[in-house]
Amino acid sequence: MQFIVIFLVSLGIIGLALGGYLTPISRIVVNPIVSAQTWLAQRYQAVQSLITQPEDVTTLRQKNMQLEAENSRLQVQIIELQQQVREAQLLSTLVDYERRNVENQYIAASVIARDISPFMHYVIIDRGSDDGLRKGMPVITHQGLVGSIAAVTAGAARVQLINDPGSSINVILQQSGVEAVLNGQVTGEIALDMISQNATVQPGDLVMTSGLGGNYPANIVIGQVVTVRSEAYALFQSASIQPAVDFSQLEIVLIITNFQAENISPLIPDTGNP
Amino acid sequence: MINLVGLILFGVLAILQSTIVSRMPLLNGSADLILLFIVAWALQERVESAWQWCLIGGIFASLYSALPFGTYLVAYVIATGVARLLKRRVWKAPFLAMLAATFIGTLVVHVIAWFTRTVMGVDMPLMTILNVILLPGLLLNLLLAIPVFSLMRDMAGWLYPEELEA
Repeated sequence: MQFIVIFLVSLGIIGLALGGYLTPISRIVVNPIVSAQTWLAQRYQAVQSLITQPEDVTTLRQKNMQLEAENSRLQVQIIELQQQVREAQLLSTLVDYERRNVENQYIAASVIARDISPFMHYVIIDRGSDDGLRKGMPVITHQGLVGSIAAVTAGAARVQLINDPGSSINVILQQSGVEAVLNGQVTGEIALDMISQNATVQPGDLVMTSGLGGNYPANIVIGQVVTVRSEAYALFQSASIQPAVDFSQLEIVLIITNFQAENISPLIPDTGNP
Repeated sequence: MINLVGLILFGVLAILQSTIVSRMPLLNGSADLILLFIVAWALQERVESAWQWCLIGGIFASLYSALPFGTYLVAYVIATGVARLLKRRVWKAPFLAMLAATFIGTLVVHVIAWFTRTVMGVDMPLMTILNVILLPGLLLNLLLAIPVFSLMRDMAGWLYPEELEA
């Protein structure tokens, strides 16, 4: 009898459920259960993550270190590549210069050191007599004249820059054809001396080697006239020059190897003799 | 052993001086690392190799400069002599002695370099040199003097350990 009652009640509930009549009741019953289950599940996950966190942190730290190392490596690679691109651009410019001036033969060299004395404007390059370099050979960049080789060893050479106070070069102004002498200064600047008082020199005039004296080939660009000083009581005019080459940024230079400086001192008459 | 350390030290210093320090001038003056290390070494207690290190530093500096060989050597010998003299006189205030020795040493090196170039026939206006080379160089050397002295004191303690009485 009890079995029949239970069977009929069950059948009735199933019928009501299939008919959709129990939905509101199930909502009322299920919603609190779901909420409770959610609350419990969240707490359980929190406790579980608290227990397993040390392992995760260690793993994350390891991954972070790996990524940082990778990042550093890539940054170094980027810097190296940028440096290589810059060198390639510089070399490409020098090659262009070489192609435009085929009358000369060149050897490229890197500037590896500067003179340790602030009184001397010299640099050291990584090519020497083993590469065919000799004392007196002119040194240039694609921008203009740098200086000349003052001393050579087997694997390196010392270059006297044109802004060294001991440097003196015969030059010509391209526009006016006026000849003068270019001297280096203690401050690292260059200046023109011995300009005739009759000569007309304008700011912006291009200064080039004249080839006189036999120390440098003719027509190598040196710089531009910036200001001219002319005083009534002076024998000559003088001018300050903006060099074409930035001597503080020298990296790669070209040495003209088929030019040998001439020693003309025996041809200069000795004024001391009667 | 001590002179070998000096050889390596001044070799490295000469390379640093010519590749890095010379490219970082203040106006036209630059710090003189070799001078600073020579002077700082000469001022240390118990140090007996000051003159040998001066010789090593002078030779390295002469190799890296276009000044006539020996110019730096002479200047450094005088600077070492001044430092040894100051060590005896101002022994209670070593930092003060270091500053004084750096000041005098820098003056000596610059005056000898100026004299040498003038004798070689190069025009060297004194006021320009004072303004653009000597004073900036002096300032840089004085700024570096104390750190270099501290470094050399540690090195002296390592190379010349204090003898413990039994």
